[in-house]
Amino acid sequence: MAQMTMIQAIKDAMRVELQRDPNVLLFGEDVGKVGGVFRATEGLQAEFGEERVFDTPLAESAIGGLAVGLAVQGFRPVAEIQFVGFIFEAMDQICVQAARLRYRSGGRYQAPIVFRTPFGGGVKAAELHTDPLEGLMVQTPGIKVIVPSNPYDAKGLLISAIRDNDPVFFMEHLNLYRSFRAEVPEGEYTVPIGKANVVREGKDVTIITYGAMVHTSLKAAEEIEKQRGVKVEVIDLRTLMPLDIDTIVESIKKTNRAIVVQEAQKSAGVAAEVIAQINEKAILHLEAPVLRVAPPDTVYPFAQIEDQWLPSPASVIAGLNKVLDF
Amino acid sequence: MSKPYEVRVEKVQPLSILATDGTIVNQEEMPKLSDDQLRELMRRMVFTRTWDQRAVNLTRQGRLGFYAPVSGQEATMVGSEFVLNRDDFICPGYRDMPQIVWHGLPMYQAFLYSRGHQHGGQIPQDVHVLMPQIIIGAQYLHAMGVAMAFKKRGEKRVAITYTGDGGSSEGDFYEAMNFAGAFKLPAIFVVQNNGYAITTPFAKQTAAESVAHKAVAAGIRGVQVDGMDVLAVAKAVQDAAERARNGEGATLIEAITYRFLPHSMSGDDPSKYRTKEETAEWEQKDPLHRLRELLKSKGLWTEEEENQIIEEAKATVAEQIKKAEETEKMTVPGLIDSMFETTPSHLEEQKAEFLGKGEK
Ligand SMILES: Cc1ncc(C[n+]2csc(CCOP(=O)(O)OP(=O)(O)O)c2C)c(N)n1
Repeated sequence: MAQMTMIQAIKDAMRVELQRDPNVLLFGEDVGKVGGVFRATEGLQAEFGEERVFDTPLAESAIGGLAVGLAVQGFRPVAEIQFVGFIFEAMDQICVQAARLRYRSGGRYQAPIVFRTPFGGGVKAAELHTDPLEGLMVQTPGIKVIVPSNPYDAKGLLISAIRDNDPVFFMEHLNLYRSFRAEVPEGEYTVPIGKANVVREGKDVTIITYGAMVHTSLKAAEEIEKQRGVKVEVIDLRTLMPLDIDTIVESIKKTNRAIVVQEAQKSAGVAAEVIAQINEKAILHLEAPVLRVAPPDTVYPFAQIEDQWLPSPASVIAGLNKVLDF
Repeated sequence: MSKPYEVRVEKVQPLSILATDGTIVNQEEMPKLSDDQLRELMRRMVFTRTWDQRAVNLTRQGRLGFYAPVSGQEATMVGSEFVLNRDDFICPGYRDMPQIVWHGLPMYQAFLYSRGHQHGGQIPQDVHVLMPQIIIGAQYLHAMGVAMAFKKRGEKRVAITYTGDGGSSEGDFYEAMNFAGAFKLPAIFVVQNNGYAITTPFAKQTAAESVAHKAVAAGIRGVQVDGMDVLAVAKAVQDAAERARNGEGATLIEAITYRFLPHSMSGDDPSKYRTKEETAEWEQKDPLHRLRELLKSKGLWTEEEENQIIEEAKATVAEQIKKAEETEKMTVPGLIDSMFETTPSHLEEQKAEFLGKGEK
């Protein structure tokens, strides 16, 4: 096994799939010669040629539509949207055209497309480069949404996404790209879409989270164990659509208390959905209301105050204390 | 052989007035500018070059945030703004700081914008510009809307906007020009074709003969200028503005230019996508050099004067960055209050929650 950063693991997943399936194509703005603004595709054009890995003109709607057209013709496009805020330019192609293709054609056509995009705060990027827009995607019927939190999952989930016959929106957290290395197997392996991961076992309270907040939550869990001896279970959702409610319910049956931690604005997002499903499926197991730890309902703030705005271990601990002391 | 029913577009010849040695090669196209104005143009280009170099250093020191260098593009930026009226309106892209600062935005606010501070975008009432746009192409649509407002009110004002060659591929770019054509709006669309969209060369951006040709499809006037020639840029914008004010509609101006430095200071390495020879070749066309030579030949410019402007620019930058650094920091409660005119109760609640939380 090799030690890889998340960005290396992501590149490795694409390399494995380019090798395995001649129908896999990679494209987007600046992804070719230079290998993308984060070097996620570095070296892949040299290895697989310009027919398979190529730069497009600067036009997100066209990138999305190109993917749909290629998919109709049997290709498996992996399209990069350079930064998350630019998906708005491609919203029709991603959320309408790709996500509804199977439905509109009665199953005649499918859209085995992966839209990859970096997102995620704490890196002081320019406006619209980091916004946590997963809530918009999760509300779109017909598209799967994945947010990996570590290199192993990133590679296995991306391979699953490329092999999936439906469109997948794959969000890569900027702050996790190079922050640490982990063991990643060489060659092919998959991590199933729609399966959450219990990353820390506990018995007193559950944190349900995803992306970079997994790491923030793990820090909080360790800290609160030192502070007051409680054992926190942490669930990394990995896939936001479909949501693995079974793993969540199982955990709540054990701990009877939970909070949901997300980097996205509080209202009407993934956390709200998780809590709605807990209410539907496990309300009688709860000893306290399930709380959200999330930033306020503002736009993603300018760089200067993003650190205050984003949930921190301290704000997660505050949330844990509330449900523990309810 | 093309058929009579085929649309044909010929090659264009960019408008050029100043040769690279500073001689005037196209007297009849000279813009209407006095000697004093020519000197002021030079002063502004020198000032902008120094400011850019300082800004690059400040970025390296971590005192600025996102920054997109402008060296090489001064003729287009400074020249196009210079011939506008104070009440004409600018819709800039992220690189177009010089235009909005010369149009009245205090420099320290440009620095605040770069540092990720909201006050950077709080444009003073009497300054007719928008904040720099991050979404490439969106500013074209806004300029088109601003231009319609001027037309509706019968004002003789124009809206000008800028993007790069990459930006000319976006749908927004076409939609804006098409509207401006259909409504005959007083808009000027400038494309600063500096050869690259981050790393993607122009040849991979489009198969069109030129960006200027894209005006044809929108039914507006299209022109191409040497974007390293400040007089050619000034002339093209003067013409476009005059037509716009006369009700003759919009113009697309493609300025052929070059950026000497990286795309932005956030980690791109130009040596990975362009050659030293190429950059050196463009340096021969330096817009500052050309105007300097012209002015010197007319006895209108000295080295001492230029050095003085450089010192003045350095001092101004130092003072303005200090002012930016001393500006009161943003707060999350302040951010919450800036979402709506009247903060709704759920946000008031979130603000209280946040304040209760104290230090995170
Ligand atoms: C809608 C959108 N897509 C992508 C980006 C990311 N991006 C920033 S600058 C840039 C290249 C722009 O090139 P060009 O328009 O030629 O302008 P230049 O910076 O070269 O002047 C890209 C792709 C963006 N800001 N907005």
